[in-house]
Order: sequence, then structure tokens, then C-alpha cells
Amino acid sequence: MPKLDIVGVSKAYGNIVALDDVTLHVRDREYVCILGPSGCGKSTLIKCVAGIEKPDHGQILIDDESVRDMAVEDRWIGYVFQEIALFPHLSVRDNLSYGLAVRRASGDRITTVANEMLDLIEMRDRAKSYPKELSGGAQQKVAVARAIATGSHLFLLDEPLGALDALVRAELRYDLKRLAVDLGLTVIHVTHDQEEALSIADRIVIMKRGRIVEVGKPSEIYLLPKRLFTENFVGETNLLEGRIVETGHASCLVQLNSHKIELKGRGRSITERVIVSVRPESIVLASRSGERNDRWEGLIKQAAFLGSITRYVVQVEGEPDLIVHVPSTGQIGGFRVGDRVDLLLDNSEHMLLFDYPKAGLNDETALG
Amino acid sequence: MPSVDFVNVTKRFDGVLAVDRATFDVESGEYVCVLGPTGSGKTTLLRLIAGLLKPDDGIILFDGRPVNAVEAHNRNAVYVPQQYALFPHLTVLQNVAFGPLARGKSEDEALEIARQTLEMVRLSGRAQALPSELSGGMQQRVALARGLASGSSLLLLDEPLGALDARLRLELRHRLRELVKQSGITAIHVTHDRDEAMSVADRIMVLRDGRILDYNQPIRVYTRPTGIFVANLIGGASFLEGIVEKVAPDSIVVRIRGGLLIKAPAEPLAIDERVILGIRKERVQISPSKLQAENVLEGQVRESRFLGSTREYVIRLTNGDTILSRRFLESENPAFAPQQRISVSFEQSDVMIFTYPPHGLRNELAMI
Amino acid sequence: MQNAKTKADGSFLILHDLLTAIERLSASPLIVKSVYSVALGFFLLIVIAPAIVGILAQLLLLPSLTLSAAVVARMRSAVVWSFVIGLTVSSLDVLAGIPLAWLIVRRRRHWTTILDSLADIPFIIPTVALGFSVLEFWSTPSGIGAILGANKALSQGMLLIILLHFAFSFPVIVRVMVGEFLNYRETFEVAARTLGASAFTAVRTVTLPILRPGLLAAFLLALARSLSETGATIVVAGAFENGTVFIKNARDAGLASAVVISSVLLIACSLLVFAFIKIVTPRIRTAPLRVWPNFERKLSSRSTVRARDAVSLLVFFVFVLLPCLFIAFPAIEAVANGTIKEAVADVGPWHVFWSSMLLSYIVALLATGVNVVLGLPVAVLIARNRIGQHATKIVDALVDVPIIVPSLALGVSLKFFWSNMGALPEFWVLVLAHTTITYSYFVRAMAASVQGIAPELEEAARTLGAHPFRVFRKITLPLTKYSLLSGAILVFTRSVDETGATSAVSATLKTAPVLLVDWIRGSVAVTSSELALGIGFLAATSFLALVVLRSITLRQPKRK
Repeated sequence: MPKLDIVGVSKAYGNIVALDDVTLHVRDREYVCILGPSGCGKSTLIKCVAGIEKPDHGQILIDDESVRDMAVEDRWIGYVFQEIALFPHLSVRDNLSYGLAVRRASGDRITTVANEMLDLIEMRDRAKSYPKELSGGAQQKVAVARAIATGSHLFLLDEPLGALDALVRAELRYDLKRLAVDLGLTVIHVTHDQEEALSIADRIVIMKRGRIVEVGKPSEIYLLPKRLFTENFVGETNLLEGRIVETGHASCLVQLNSHKIELKGRGRSITERVIVSVRPESIVLASRSGERNDRWEGLIKQAAFLGSITRYVVQVEGEPDLIVHVPSTGQIGGFRVGDRVDLLLDNSEHMLLFDYPKAGLNDETALG
Repeated sequence: MPSVDFVNVTKRFDGVLAVDRATFDVESGEYVCVLGPTGSGKTTLLRLIAGLLKPDDGIILFDGRPVNAVEAHNRNAVYVPQQYALFPHLTVLQNVAFGPLARGKSEDEALEIARQTLEMVRLSGRAQALPSELSGGMQQRVALARGLASGSSLLLLDEPLGALDARLRLELRHRLRELVKQSGITAIHVTHDRDEAMSVADRIMVLRDGRILDYNQPIRVYTRPTGIFVANLIGGASFLEGIVEKVAPDSIVVRIRGGLLIKAPAEPLAIDERVILGIRKERVQISPSKLQAENVLEGQVRESRFLGSTREYVIRLTNGDTILSRRFLESENPAFAPQQRISVSFEQSDVMIFTYPPHGLRNELAMI
Repeated sequence: MQNAKTKADGSFLILHDLLTAIERLSASPLIVKSVYSVALGFFLLIVIAPAIVGILAQLLLLPSLTLSAAVVARMRSAVVWSFVIGLTVSSLDVLAGIPLAWLIVRRRRHWTTILDSLADIPFIIPTVALGFSVLEFWSTPSGIGAILGANKALSQGMLLIILLHFAFSFPVIVRVMVGEFLNYRETFEVAARTLGASAFTAVRTVTLPILRPGLLAAFLLALARSLSETGATIVVAGAFENGTVFIKNARDAGLASAVVISSVLLIACSLLVFAFIKIVTPRIRTAPLRVWPNFERKLSSRSTVRARDAVSLLVFFVFVLLPCLFIAFPAIEAVANGTIKEAVADVGPWHVFWSSMLLSYIVALLATGVNVVLGLPVAVLIARNRIGQHATKIVDALVDVPIIVPSLALGVSLKFFWSNMGALPEFWVLVLAHTTITYSYFVRAMAASVQGIAPELEEAARTLGAHPFRVFRKITLPLTKYSLLSGAILVFTRSVDETGATSAVSATLKTAPVLLVDWIRGSVAVTSSELALGIGFLAATSFLALVVLRSITLRQPKRK
């Protein structure tokens, strides 16, 4: 029952810090996604777990046993690479059999397991094909099955769908999750695609510049993140700078550049600098009514129909342009560029308050 | 006068049809996205326009003039390959100045044009850097600048954002379109990312196995897709197999599995004809209590997938079919628990009808 | 300052106008096609055709030639020995070369780069010098005899030939394998490890099978070199005869028929053997996986690896490096004892020596110049598939012919062709022979280099409005200039090195290595100091070329 404990792992390449004191505990049968921008250290971390890289400090324990002195081949971990790593000189069947063959399993057992794997990925009819004859998605399926065939239950996936079409990715990710659940696997799946992570992870680990920024369930990470970086990285959002001008029992009033906004928030003090995050889907648009009310006035700068939603960029006086997502109504309609609109920002569930980052807004939200 | 015209253009590689009788036009100043899975012929199409490939059949016209016999360096259509192909031995400024110099401008003129274009993409500070010193996002901007500076009237972009992180793509795609529109240049942008195509295109062309399946504005491709594959590609839907039961002037009734009846908009179909019904995920309403609508069914929640601003529910209907429902602005916990019995509804106008595909539904949808 | 600038500007302007004019010319597809046609035509008509026609003509002559039974027996055994030695040596070289190449690539440290350069030495030192050095090292009391305390270690003959060929084919294997390992995606090996394979198993079952084509190419190159070599082999052969030694001896003895028959026989067998290996080996199925995990695990252990490295280094030093460099001792001695003064004063045998050195360089320069100018378009043709897949495959195969055919036999055929074609002076036949032999080296190196440049770079340049010549000048050339330079240097040194063809083409025109063979064999009376110094001079100039080559390739920006 593999559980994985990473404790205080650090690694540097010369002056470049790849991992900085990373600690993570993964439970048995958990599907954990590590999400972060390029260069954040996510690949280096799983390479250390697999033994492909050696950490400078820290411990890695699989089922409470330290793997420090274990060679790669002894750790019994399934690993899937971003670049397809199927052996080009072996057929699909021989690729699938490789892990067992190197362990000197009997011929019968090899045949049985290889057939099981072929059925698992529904590729019996391609058993004799060679990797170069298969599409990218098919190749990755074989790569995953090849790792499963060894019988290991701890899996490390390094951007497994990264080399594939966006269209194929959207399908295969659910297949991956289903396999993991059906076979009772413990999985760490590294990706830079937040939709991928949100849709299949039990927990998501956010990494930036070699450090773990935050860990949580998908819904927590998206709706109630603790860090501003997370809020900005996972999905689009509008970030507005302001200061607290009033505090109440469970809410406070923030003065932005030219508007005021009220949201949930406790324990804040007046004149404190803050960032308000407003998700695009939480802003409501209506035609300019002309009445005096507490709505914001705006002008449609851009409009893009995206299918289930329409994405607007709305110019608002004094504030940065706001991105607004409006569910499509099924008929052709909606606002056009140049329309004057009223915006309603009162969905307190989807508006969050963050401390103004010490290192500045650009540094906090930087994607690298 | 359309900027680019294809009339029955065909291209074969080793007997395999890469482009099959393609006929379309692109207006001057238009931003067209070519969307399709790997191997659909998108890159071949682009290379035919650039003059890097010669068609086996058909005519290609630029501004009304046939260009089949015109060499690539005389076509005035700039090709920006997937990996940007920045000249590694030249600085950023020299890269951008390459086009004007090649077209006969003096060195001073060329450098001035290059400087101005770099200003436009906000990379003036890196003019003396070598491409290898830049990040992926910056390289992309240099590639774009090089294309814009060349003075061509046609920009051919092969997966311009493909090499970048998901989050970076989200940010850069709009900037890309802005810059192109600012220059007044006609652009053909190839991608396999549907969201990207929907966000930036004036018109989307859907390619599959070398054939153009649809070519229209995003909203029309979404609401009136020409086939099941397009419907699934642009937005995703649930598909139900059925047989036409009743034909009326203003509606059609289709009998699906288990004898359930679905009301759909009128179409020129005959009784007993096999059809496929498609319903967009966001048009499917679900509720614990019985709903009022033109189509109401009973089902059970199988699975829920959190996608950030939306949640997708996989529902098994009483007749065994599966249907998907997408809801916005979900809170942290799913509104419906697995196994919960719910009422499922959608309006008649939300139902898309397609004739039954000759090779079956599975093959029609296959992308791998 | 101003004047200098305007002067420079003036000449730049002329150059600029010239280049622009050429560019505009190249805008026409017709001009581009003609350039390729001329280059291809040169290759087919001047490089390949004479050789093939010469061979065929000799074949036609065969029925009318007669040989005594004794000569036939000698000839048959000589040719058989050539192949036995060649195949043995190439196999040994592959076995010894792979671990060393592995060491150089995988164990990256300061001393491995030095090792990399050292491994080139046998390739650069002219084979004549090598032959003499090997002879001194293995068979004189001052060489290995001194260490072993014996009076004489090995006598001239087959064993010495094997040791010689092993040494000079070694760098070929190492060069090719280092390149293969550098280009290899290590991910495959890592994937095998994660699936449970020990390091040794992963390399055996994944890396080497994937690199099989490269291994095969290296093997064939080593074989070609062994079959082809003449000068050094003669030096160490003594009374023994392999194919090339036989031909040389027959020529010297005036047995014209024997020369013709044996050279045709040698060529035919070479082509057959190469064709066989090239066609059959890729078709051999990889055997089903058989692993002995415990044993192979032990082979992957640190201590085994260290032992293996030590053995590789030992083999390299004792059997390759030391025998090659041994010539330095007598050469330095010759400098010390004053022989050098006579050499510089052009006295005695030195007069002939210097004129043969001059001949060597002139021929080499001409061959290099012609190959670079006319070989470049053909290299681009092959790399970029400009004439369609089938035609490219044919040209590709033809380019290999001058390498496969032993140079001595090639020289014989060329001489046959040109002397029957009429009045082409021997000097030009010599130049053509050298051009033919070295053609493949340049074209292969350039083609590989051009292939290494992503075609997208050239395509992007074209669509930006650049005419074909501009694309070549501004994009292709800058990115391949290092390969071009090193290719040219390789051609030059190979030409300086060549003995077989030279002696086949002309009995009177002697290039430096051919002269030195005469000195060694004693047909010209020289002192041992003079001999050592002469060889030293020849080796020194090639050494200079090695240094230049190394500094060029080290400056080249690393690809990965």
C-alpha cells in the first residue's frame, strides 16, 4: 500500500535552486497533481522520488522506508515521461513485457500480463505494431500500461499528456484517473494545465520557484486559496488594489481606485493595503439603466464568444479593465463592443481578499 | 477581394490524402483559426499557402492572382513555424530585420523597422540578446515581430502558443490577436486548442483528415455545427442515439433507448430514420425536484468533476444512456451527491439532430 | 581613420553588389538547378564514372589474362587474408571502442575531453608514420621489447598487421560512437531503469539495439579502412601478404595481369561484403529478451564499472596510443643529433623529400578545393532530399563507393581509365584520384551537418523573402561553417596521408608518404635518423592540422 513521504527535500544545480525544503505527504491511493509554471521544480521533485536525480538534503520514504540508498531499478515505481519513451525497436507487446522480462518472470506470466494490459487499454489489435506507427495518444496509453505491467502501485507521471493535442488531453485525463481508481494506485501527476489538475486530482499541490506554495482539494484551491499566487495562477481572475476603509463583524469595505466594494473578511485593520480578487464568472452585466444605484459603469472593449460562455473585457473608470464571463443563453445575442453596461460585483462567495504581497504584485503573480 | 483563395486544392503524401479538395477563402484583414487534431492536415495547409509545398491539384490565389507557380520567397506570405525557428546565430534585432533586408530595404531602413516592431511587442530591451537567452514567451514575441516586420500582408502561424504553459497561453493569446489586428495584416492561425480558436478567431475552420468540416464564425460553429465531430470538438455535448418517431411541421419526436421520447426542432427527416441527438452540457438542467420543460427525464448522478468555474455532472438516465450537465458558479461542495436521483431537463430548441454516421458514433467522435 | 573606413566600405560595396547580384540570379529556379546539376554532374562523371568504367574495363579484360598457378594461389590467399584481418580488427575495435566512447560521453570530466582529443591521434597521424611507429614499438628491442626484457618482441607479419589496423581504425569507431551517444536520448535508458532494469541491462537491451545502425556504420568504416590501407601495412607486413600488399608487390615485380585481376577481385569482394552486411544486418530480428538480473546487476556495480574503465584505458594506451606516439622518440633523437640541419639545408635525400612534400601539399590543396566547392551542393542535395527520395538514395549509396573500394584498387582502375582515355598527364590523374578518394569524407560530414539544421529555419527565411542564395549565405553557411572547416581539414589530411592510390597511379610521382615507404623498405638508402626525422616532419604537419581542427570544434556552440 504505497504511501509517500517527502521531507525537507532540497536540490540545487550550481547557483540555481531547483527545490527548496519541500515537504509533502501522499496517502495510499491518493491522486495528487503538482501544478505550477515551468521551472518551478515539479519535474525535479518526482525525479528525486524516482531516483533519477539525487536530492542534496532531505528524506524520501516509501511506506516508511527510506529510499536514499536504493537504485532507480529497485524502487519499483511506475514512471511516465512527457516525451514518449516507448522503446522504438520493440513492438507494443514487447514494450509491455519489458518490465517483467528484466525481472526474469516466466514466459507464461509475461504473456498473461501483456494480454491483460492490451485489454486494459483496448489495443489487442495493435500488439504487433511498432511505436512509430501509433498516434501520440495511443503511445502514451502503451507507456502507462507498460508501467502498470510491472505491478507497482506508486506512479509518477511527468506531464504525461503534455506532448498531446489539447483535444486528446481532455479525453485521456479521465481515462488516467479511472485507471488509477480501478487499480488502487497512488499517483503523483505533474502538470502545468490547471484544468487538468482541477478535474482529476484528489489534492493539488501548487509549486513556485522550488517551493510548495499551497496544498488543497481542487475546490479549495480554486474557490478558497490562501495565497494570491494560487488565486491568479489557477484560472483567470481580476485583481484590484485598494485599502480597507471600514471593518465590520464579518465583512469590510475596501476603497479601490474609484470604487468601493464590500466583502467577507475578518481581522483586518483600517488603511491596510489589500488586493481584491474578483473571478470573471462572478460579475453580472446588465444594460446601462441610467438609474443611480451601487452598480459600476463600464464600456465593452472586447467580446469573444467561447461556447458555453462569452468573455468580455470591460473598461471601467479608474480601475484596470475587468474580464467578465457570462454564460451563453443559447441564442445569438449578448453585448457588443461599444455597449455601455452596468456591472454588479456583490457575489461575496467568489470575491476574495488578500494581503498586499510584500514583494510586490508583479513578483507574486509572476509565472516563472 | 479575398486575400487568400483555395479552389479544390489537394495534396497527397505517399498516396495518403493530406489535404482533400479544400475550397475556402480568407478576407483581407481577417483572423482565421484552423482547428483540428494532429494529422488533420492543418500544417500541410499552411505550408501550401506559404509555397513550401506545391499542390497536386487545384488553384491557390492571392488577391485574385494564381500563385501555384510562385516561389516561396516571392509570395509575401510569412510562415512562423511551431518552434519559432528563430535564427540562433543572429540577435533579436537582426532576426527581426531579416525580412526587410531580404526584401531589399537598406540596412538602416531595415533596422529602423525592426526597432519599431520590437517596440510594438515590448521587447526593445532585449534587442541585442540571442534567442537562446530568452524565455519561451519572449521567443514567441520575437517570432511574431519578425513576421510583422517583414511587410507581408499574410501571416501564417503554426501553433504559435503550443510550446507555452497553459497559463501563459491564456494571457498571450489575446495579446497576439491585438498585435495582429493593430498591424492590419491577414492571419491564419493553426491550433489544436479549441478555447484558443474560439477566443481569437473571426472565423474558425475545422479540419479532419484533410477535409474542411466547418468554416464559420465561432458562434455559428457552436450553435449550428455541421456535424457530430464539429459539435463535439467545439464545446462538447452529450450524444444520444435514436430513431425518428413522429414528424410535425414545427417539431420532430425521436425515440431513444428504453422508449423515451425527445422533442427536437423540425428537420427534413423521415420516420424510422436513425439519428444522433446532441445536447450542449450547459443546456442540461438538473434538480432534485421535478422540472418543467419540453424534455424531462429521470436519472442518477454517477460522478461530478470540478473544473473551476464550473462543475460537470455525469448522469446515468433511467434508460441507461449517459448525459452530461455543466453548472456554473458552484460552491465548494457539489450540489448533488453520487447516486442521488435527480430530474434532468432541456428545451426542444437546445437539441441538435444529426443523421446517423456511417461508421458508428464511436468512430465519428474518435480523436486518438 | 576616415580614409581607411571609406576604403573598406568601398571594397565592401563591391562585394555587397556582387553578392546581391548572385542573389538575384539565384531567385531564378533555373540557375539554382544548374548549380546542382553541375555539382551532381561532376560527381557522377568525374568522380564515379571513371572508377566504375575502369573497373568494368578491367573485368572485361580478365578472360584474356593468364597467371601462373603459384601467383593465383598467392593472390587468393592474400585477398582472403585481407577480409579475415579486416573483420577481426573491426570487431575488436568495436568491442574496445564502445566502452571508451561511453567513458568520454557519460563520465564528463576535464580529463575526458583530453581523452577525446587523444583518441583522434591515430586518425590524424599519416598511416606511414603509424606503420613505422608500430613497427618500432612492437618489434624492435627499443620498444616493448625493452619493457619485457626480450630481444625482439614480435616479428613482421600478420599479427603486426592486426595490431596496426586495430590502432588506426580505433579512432573511427570512437568518433562515430561518441557522436551516437551524444545524440542519443537518454530518456530511453532511464525509462528502462524505472521498469526495473539494472544499468547494464538497460544499455544492453535498449541503448545498444537502438544505436545498432550507428554501430554498423562504425564497423563498416573500420572495415573499409583496414581493407584499403597500403603504405603502413607494407611497412609491417614483411613477407606476409594481404590484398593490398600483394597488389603493390605485383606492381613492383611488373606482373601487370596480377595487378589487374587482384584489384578487380578485391573491389568485387569488398562491394559484396559491404552490400551483404548492410542489407542483412538491419533485418536481423532482435532476439526475445533474455535477462540474468542478478549477474547483470553485479556488472552494473561501481567496482565492475571502474574495472571496465581501467581496462578500456589500458587497452587504449598500450595498443593504440603508445604504439602511435612511439615515433616521437627517434624523431626527437634525430633533431638532437643534428640531422635536422641537413634536412633544412636540403642536402642529400632531403632534396627529393622536400619536393615530395610539396607535391603532397599541392595535390591535397587541389583535392580539398575541388571537393569543397563541388561537393557542397551535393551534400545539400542529399541532406534536403532535393531530388526525390529514390534518386537521393542512389546518390547516397554512390557516395560511399570510393570509401568501400580499397584505394589502391581504385587507383589502378583510375589509371586504367585515364591512360586509355588519352593524354591526361599523370599529375592530373593523381589529383583526380585523391579527389575521388576524399570526396565521400567531405560530403558525408557536410550532409550530416546540414541535416542537423532544422529545415524550418530555412523555410522561415524563404518565406521572409530570402532568395535561395541568401538563405544559404545567411543561414545555412553560418550554422555549418565549423563542419565545413573541419570537413576540409579532414579531406586535406586524408589526401596527404594517401599512399595506395598514389603508388598505383604513378611510378615516378611520389608524394611524401610514398617516398617514406621506399625509405623504410630500403629502396632508398637513408640513415635511421634521417628516416625518423622525415617521418617526424610528416607527422608534425598533420599534428598541426589536428590542433587546428580541435580548436575549431571546441569553439563550436554545443548543439544540446
